[in-house]
Amino acid sequence: MSRQPQTKDMTFVEAIRDATAVCLQRDPRTFVIGLGVPDPKGIFGTTLGLAAEFGADRVLDAPLSENALTGLVIGAALNGMRPILTHQRVDFALLSLEQIVNQAAKWFYMFDGRGGTVPIVIRLVIGRGWGQGPQHAQSLSSWFAHIPGLKVVAPASPADAKGMFIASVEDESPVIFLEHRWLHGMRGPVPTGYHRAALEKCLVARKGKDVTVVASAHMLIEAMRAADFASARAGIEMEVVDVRCLNPLDFATIAESVRKTKRLLVADDDSMHCGFAGEVVARVCESGIQLAAPPVRVTWPDCPSPSSAALAEVFYPSDRDLFVAVCKLAGRGAELATEFPKRPCPVDVPNLEFPGPF
Amino acid sequence: MTVSPKPATKRVAPKTQHAGGDLRSLFLEMLRIRVVERRIAERYKEQEMRCPVHLSIGQEAVAVGVCAHLKKTDKAMSAHRSHGHYLAKGGNVRAMIAELYGRADGCCGGRGGSMHLIDRAAGFWGAVPIVGSTLPIALGLALADKRRGGDEITAAFFGEGATEEGVFTETLNLACVLGVPMLFVCENNGYSVYTPLKPRRSPNFDFENYVRSHGSLFFSGDGNDVEDVYRVTGKALGAMRAQPRPCVVEFATWRYYEHCGPAQDDHLNYRSEAEIKRWAKRDPLAIARKRLTAANPKLEAEFDAVEKRCVQEIDAVIEAVRASARPSPATLQRGVFAP
Repeated sequence: MSRQPQTKDMTFVEAIRDATAVCLQRDPRTFVIGLGVPDPKGIFGTTLGLAAEFGADRVLDAPLSENALTGLVIGAALNGMRPILTHQRVDFALLSLEQIVNQAAKWFYMFDGRGGTVPIVIRLVIGRGWGQGPQHAQSLSSWFAHIPGLKVVAPASPADAKGMFIASVEDESPVIFLEHRWLHGMRGPVPTGYHRAALEKCLVARKGKDVTVVASAHMLIEAMRAADFASARAGIEMEVVDVRCLNPLDFATIAESVRKTKRLLVADDDSMHCGFAGEVVARVCESGIQLAAPPVRVTWPDCPSPSSAALAEVFYPSDRDLFVAVCKLAGRGAELATEFPKRPCPVDVPNLEFPGPF
Repeated sequence: MTVSPKPATKRVAPKTQHAGGDLRSLFLEMLRIRVVERRIAERYKEQEMRCPVHLSIGQEAVAVGVCAHLKKTDKAMSAHRSHGHYLAKGGNVRAMIAELYGRADGCCGGRGGSMHLIDRAAGFWGAVPIVGSTLPIALGLALADKRRGGDEITAAFFGEGATEEGVFTETLNLACVLGVPMLFVCENNGYSVYTPLKPRRSPNFDFENYVRSHGSLFFSGDGNDVEDVYRVTGKALGAMRAQPRPCVVEFATWRYYEHCGPAQDDHLNYRSEAEIKRWAKRDPLAIARKRLTAANPKLEAEFDAVEKRCVQEIDAVIEAVRASARPSPATLQRGVFAP
């Protein structure tokens, strides 16, 4: 009988804070740096109190300088440290793409291993809602996953947030750690103390025989809600695969599921063109798995994310949209779409507790 | 040359580490680098070195004068024009030549070419061709050393073009804010590819003031006079020890060969005849040699002999490299992720 770890109920934010504290506690080589890390809000609470606990020289505030900070953590990592760099939005990290793409991602390969490894974690928050607009709500996860050498992870639960965070810090490769802002308030049981979760594995979050839905991070939450309704009302059993890690991709788990259901929907919080959803569809098609229906992608439309809630409502695919797409794949149940439960809160917030502004 | 594991009874060129500040050692080190690069230029037309090369012929004094102060455990990084820095820091010659020839035993296993030199055992932590990009990485190296309480120096070599990149200012500011003593070594050769300073800088640009206003130390010197480079670097390191903070040293110099490639390119007329003549008289090797031989004319014959032997040695290295294995195609995807 396997020993069940002790768990504690925590939010996603608390899980990341807890994971960071564990890393700082366990390994003196770890440090956290980024604009606002020790400030009174502590990166949405994920770094609150850490400076007091571990010292201002290990939990560092910094100038904005995203590119130099990225180079700094690369150099520190090459020279034996385990740095964690934070950005409060994905969009800000665009100022550091040179260091991320040209240097961090390639260093180990281009020097044929003789340059050393770059064990860094870059935390990026995907904004959404409350009018974040075109430059505070990008995902760009497909972009990052397109770069050889970058691991791209996107946890969907507090437990995974902690376990994958610790695994990311301990990984020898640079890791892009994507946090969807709407997951930050989510609660769940989280193993206490040291807890590592496998980085490069998909998880079957819900078993089903009719349609495979591949999703990650916040889209997984939408998929799970759609699956509840589909099962209860339409008798459609969705198998929901939590991708967790976009690169390297555990395609075997996806293939195994699709081989069983013969129907595939990929839901992705990112633009469609040249995106991750297309990649999964292509690989399924190339693998020769016989599909009973053409595969479907549900993603953001290929336009920037607008601010106004009126536009954001049609920009973001919802749980209901996923249900409709699944019905089409299964060839039944579409008439129930009008009965799909309405969101219990306005469309531009994750829940009624979310007060804005970012 | 520090090529063969068992050097000839009489060493033909100085050991690059602890080269010492005496002019003779500095000159011989410059001579060694000059010969290596001249032979690269001469043999480039054989079309076997199939990667871009940015030769530092004319700029050897900065590499040698700075690195003469560095111990093996001190660190250096550089950019696209890095042969001189790599060699002066003690980088393995054979691994560098093999890299230019795309061989498996190149310093990057044939993955980088001339623009990606590395020899961590010699304290040369890497060069990359994106202008300015090793500056923050070098700062990270220095930060890690500082945290461990070490007294190692990290020197980052860059051209004046890098100062036009945002990352230069970001790194300088970050180094000052973090109080990390890192040596920024600016080689100002006046050109970014073929573009002179005029369209790149306001006539009012005051580099020293700009650097100092961030809280950094600043020194400058004659980049074609190796004794001056050595003296100014010593002053800079002394000041950094007295007040642990970053320091920028700027050396005016000039490249004799084209921006990229094995030839001279003055037929393109992007540099004035007067400028070409002025710098032709300022060859850092000629300046040093003249000083040495004026004091001791017998050295002429000795230097000629050393040069001849350096040529033989580098040619032997080249022949050994040409006979060495290319990387196996099976290794193409090895190391995308660290194991």
